[in-house]
Amino acid sequence: MDFIFSLIKAFAVGGTICLIAQILIDKTAMTPARILVLYVSLGVILTGIGLYEPLVSFAGCGATTPLLGFGYSLAKGVRKAVDERGLIGALTGGLTGTAAGIAAAAFFGYLFALIFRGHPKK
Amino acid sequence: MNMDNNTYRKFVKARAPKSPLAKDCFHAFLVGGLICAFAQALLEGFLTLEMTEENAKTLVPVTLIFLAALCTGLGVFDDIAKFAGAGTLVPITGFANAVASPAIDDKSEGLVMGVGAQMFTIAGPVIVYGILTSVLYGFCYWIWGMLM
Repeated sequence: MDFIFSLIKAFAVGGTICLIAQILIDKTAMTPARILVLYVSLGVILTGIGLYEPLVSFAGCGATTPLLGFGYSLAKGVRKAVDERGLIGALTGGLTGTAAGIAAAAFFGYLFALIFRGHPKK
Repeated sequence: MNMDNNTYRKFVKARAPKSPLAKDCFHAFLVGGLICAFAQALLEGFLTLEMTEENAKTLVPVTLIFLAALCTGLGVFDDIAKFAGAGTLVPITGFANAVASPAIDDKSEGLVMGVGAQMFTIAGPVIVYGILTSVLYGFCYWIWGMLM
């Protein structure tokens, strides 16, 4: 039952975060690239001021999977590194916290670029 | 046909296609929510295996990135994205697609300036602005620690 409940929470919160982005796309002239940039930066800021952690505790992957969660990982990595190493952590922490995601995107992106051909845009 | 501004506005409004906003939002909510619920199910699954919580939490986005890059390669990502809009863009799947899609499409420009460079046309700005805000945040957090 806990399992089902955790899926519902992730669904509701993750879905709502996507819905807000959809409103921004339809109502403003924001391009997808701008939305992604906005969400990552906003994720860092919301985590910094302490608003995002409660959402992550509540919704789990519903909060960490959207790009806001990428910002959350950046901010959390920075905070941990500053705690451990001082000011230099402000430079090292962000990429440490997001290393797996960036490396996976670059690696799998490259791999599939070698395997597959491009598809004509419909 | 003579009409004042107000009548004209009503005339146009009655004939304009209905705003797709509600439908777009529903699709984005549905697909985005399903991806997040799937991520949560993956996490719960990984946690039952012998792995630390930290590794399980890292493996979830890695799996989603793998699947999104694969779907991009197979050419089905665009079809889903056309239906889902922000629903596939905003989860980490959108980031993976932004990397894989230009990498695959611009292969003909070569492995260095084609695949290597083009894969960061959208992901690059995302990483740059993410790092920028996180460094600023780290600096503020450090100052705050000094003051407290």
